[in-house]
Amino acid sequence: MSRRPYVREVPRTTWFFKHPRYMRYMAREVTCIFIGIYTVILLVGLARLSEGPAQYEGFLEALRQPGSVLFHLLALAFSLYNTFTWFNVAPKALPVQVGDEHWPDSVVSGGHYVVWVGLSLFIRFWAGVL
Amino acid sequence: MTENRMGTRQVELEVLRYNPETDQEPKFQRFTVPCVNEWCVLDALNYLKDNLDSTLSYRWSCHMQVCGSCGMMINGEPKLACKAMLRDYAGVIRVEPLSHFPIERDLVSVADDFMAKLKRVKPYLIPGEKRTLADGEYKQTPAQLERYKKYAMCINCMLCYAACPEYGLTPKFIGPAAISLAHRYNQDSRDGGRDERQEEIATSEGVWECTFVGACSDVCPKHVDPASALQQVKVASTVDWYLEHFMSWVKK
Repeated sequence: MSRRPYVREVPRTTWFFKHPRYMRYMAREVTCIFIGIYTVILLVGLARLSEGPAQYEGFLEALRQPGSVLFHLLALAFSLYNTFTWFNVAPKALPVQVGDEHWPDSVVSGGHYVVWVGLSLFIRFWAGVL
Repeated sequence: MTENRMGTRQVELEVLRYNPETDQEPKFQRFTVPCVNEWCVLDALNYLKDNLDSTLSYRWSCHMQVCGSCGMMINGEPKLACKAMLRDYAGVIRVEPLSHFPIERDLVSVADDFMAKLKRVKPYLIPGEKRTLADGEYKQTPAQLERYKKYAMCINCMLCYAACPEYGLTPKFIGPAAISLAHRYNQDSRDGGRDERQEEIATSEGVWECTFVGACSDVCPKHVDPASALQQVKVASTVDWYLEHFMSWVKK
């Protein structure tokens, strides 16, 4: 008897439709597009700021357009999704063992949330917004 | 009467069949199998082979989630057939060989690729300190055991490879179980073989092919959490790189 193994090809562009967990993974990956665009907008804002008050006011005016507001809401939702999904898996990459036991995952990911909220408050305070 | 008291039901099994001697491609075949409610999918397959179609091929051995032989796709999810209880399934149960591996025959997949990768990562103790029998055993504290215990639970069932889309798309990827086992020995206080294993796993075919989908950990029947092992190897390899390139005066 001769061997004749049958190979099932994985469809290269549609594989992630096969399982909900692959879809969730792709959703997490797609968030980077929105975060990337937001970063570019932020850099453009900095450039306008360096050009003078009138240019910066024009930039702020552009931000107030409905399309821009909609984009920022979307970008916020995607970056929150990105943050939550990564913080929740952080214990896998950074386990903390003290003595004979590992800290529970909730402590490690909880620590990330605490630092996140703390840093956000600090930056708002530092910038004089709070 | 006895059977009724135990609770029986007719289970519709849709099994992917492939005979390399006669078939051009695999196709599904439907069987109606009289099953006891408390059976697992493996029991249903055993009944099928004993009473309905003796030509059905599949691997199994222990029937108790230890040997890792009966991994297969059950309704699209990689499972041990001995751990998939019929009471958790309604309607037709679709049984296929593990995804991402070639099919040898029916539900038997070709494991050669995994076996070769397993060998490459040297999943055995390479003593850091040579001792003779007269020196006695290598001692280890509970804290040192805790560092790798989870990763020592792997039974080589390959469910993680069937779940991993990276392995499906890029078969040269060393993959979840083999890298987790390498990590298991790297974390062992008695071991001194880390440099040899890093040659294989801290590479583009090794951990850097992983994009942290996390499917391997979702499907692992022994809660090994291979995704955590791979991320830890990435962190450690990154630290190695920085130490080597920017802080070469620091001894590893």
